[in-house]
Amino acid sequence: MPPLHAPDPEPLWREEVPIFEADERYVSRRQLTKFLTLTSLGMFIGNLWIAFRSWLHRAPSYPVCSVAQLDELPLGGVKIFQYPTRNDDCILVHRSDDEYVAYSQKCTHLSCAVYYERETDRLACPCHRGFFSARDGSVLQGPPPRPLPRVTLKRRGPELIALGIQPGKEA
Amino acid sequence: MFGCEFYIDPSRCIGCQSCYQACEECETHRGHSMINFDFLDREQTVATAAYVCWHCDDPTCAEVCPADAIKQGEDGIVRSALKPRCIACSNCVLACPFGIPKMMVSEQMMMKCDMCYDRTSVGKRPMCATVCPSQALAYVTPEVIGRRREKPTNVFYFGGQRVTTRVHMMVPSGADSISLDVADYIWEEAYATPSRA
Repeated sequence: MPPLHAPDPEPLWREEVPIFEADERYVSRRQLTKFLTLTSLGMFIGNLWIAFRSWLHRAPSYPVCSVAQLDELPLGGVKIFQYPTRNDDCILVHRSDDEYVAYSQKCTHLSCAVYYERETDRLACPCHRGFFSARDGSVLQGPPPRPLPRVTLKRRGPELIALGIQPGKEA
Repeated sequence: MFGCEFYIDPSRCIGCQSCYQACEECETHRGHSMINFDFLDREQTVATAAYVCWHCDDPTCAEVCPADAIKQGEDGIVRSALKPRCIACSNCVLACPFGIPKMMVSEQMMMKCDMCYDRTSVGKRPMCATVCPSQALAYVTPEVIGRRREKPTNVFYFGGQRVTTRVHMMVPSGADSISLDVADYIWEEAYATPSRA
């Protein structure tokens, strides 16, 4: 049986490094097909990798840790704590007799620290006058695009413990 | 001026260096002349020779370039090194059998005659050929050069290497090629010192 392709008299490097200007710009059908196939393959593998990663990080786990003692905060009092890591400042607010809420202290606009305004019962960002509701963290006014992430709290005996963080959904 | 070819006749060169100056005036490489100007043997003669690039059909300079920087156009003109690619290694300078490429140290790249590509591509003559008073460098049609006594050839032998070029050399009628072998010019002790016997 004869070979399908006659052996190429020119070595491959000669094809890759041509002396003629026109040959350098020439793209053969095989080269284009190879480029398209490899690029598509790369995109496909990249997508698989992204899907795999998002599957891996489907449910981020948060540590369970103590935040404050119940008698530590007076009514309307505020405590800054770090959760889930030491670099994430959160703000705990004692709103009413039996109601404690905690949010990430990072404003969702440009990450300035928000503070609690007791008179109006809202969290204020001083940088660009953004305001969040202290009740559920939703944006009341200003440039922040999302509500503040809320820290899930649970009462266990005399102390409050943090269970996780619920990211604020885009309005 | 389309249909013209470049002819070099060193026997006509009068050493005025007009070509050298004219080449330097070219806008594409102002200040750098691409003419190779030689005094043949200064002790013995006032003879001079001016050369442009011969634009080989199979350019040795491009063959040896490790950076893929020297390209030949569809018209057979071998261009200067591509600035983004040239690594100033001087391989082409050493490899060219005619000694044409010039390493421009200030530019960190090789530059050579590109037969005034900007002019010849729009039908003008190269700068050097326009100024040469004795037409030792001539850019004319084959009919015009056919009236001369010398005949053009574009076949060169350098030892075992056969080189055909785009530019023609005028040789005495009867010769159909030019043959040079470096081995013929190698200094040998036996010839250099007279025999004492």
